[in-house]
Amino acid sequence: MLPASYYVALSAVLFTIGVVGVLIRRNPLIMFMSIELMLNAANLAFVTFARYQRSLDGHVFVFIVMTVAAAEVAVGLGIIVAIFRQRGDINIDDLNLMKW
Amino acid sequence: MAAELVLFVILAVVAVATAVAVVVSKNPVYAVLFLVINFFALAMFYIVLAAQFIAFLQILIYAGAIMVLFLFVVMMLNLTGAIENVQDRLPLQRRAAVVLALVLIVEAGVIATTGAFRQAAVPAPVGGNFGTSGPIGAKLFSDYLLPFELTSVLLLIAMVGSVVLTRRRTD
Repeated sequence: MLPASYYVALSAVLFTIGVVGVLIRRNPLIMFMSIELMLNAANLAFVTFARYQRSLDGHVFVFIVMTVAAAEVAVGLGIIVAIFRQRGDINIDDLNLMKW
Repeated sequence: MAAELVLFVILAVVAVATAVAVVVSKNPVYAVLFLVINFFALAMFYIVLAAQFIAFLQILIYAGAIMVLFLFVVMMLNLTGAIENVQDRLPLQRRAAVVLALVLIVEAGVIATTGAFRQAAVPAPVGGNFGTSGPIGAKLFSDYLLPFELTSVLLLIAMVGSVVLTRRRTD
């Protein structure tokens, strides 16, 4: 087996790519996909530690993270579709109605 | 060890390259397809790490269900390129993103190379049914029964919420 640091480092790189994607893109769909990248990086870390600790608790957490991701995508894409119907376009910078 | 390292490097290159492609691609359809490849590479990692059940869940739920949902919305909205061309109102954000990414990478590198992760080079082998659905199901229905039931409520709320959000007003 490789040292756990290999998998942890890969997970960190994938998470960082997701962070950068959320920050530099203005397309809400790509931002959502970057969030999925971050969730998957966390899942990879969970599975790695589950293997190296020989404990199945990490697998259960991955299960729950997948459920949360599915719920988040369903609601988030619903919001995007609703805004697109209302305004005709979806520019992230214009969506500041709830800013105080 | 050597074969495992070669496999790791190939899968890691695929995973990182497709992740970068998701972030930089102009067309959201291509981004979705790159993300599917990324999920398959991660599923291979899960199989290497003795998590067969999670690997198949990854392919079924992520690459199957969630990405189909994404593709539907991408095709329906047809946003290609239109919004990236408007002028950026937060020019500092890109530079901040680069700085933040460098800080995160350095921090993760320090943690991964100096911490306790290095010494666990040879973990004890696991039994044949370690990552299969049986033991995970037993854990879900004993130790994690309350979180498991709460996820069903969460999914119900998400379902009702998305139906309400996308309903056309008829008045």
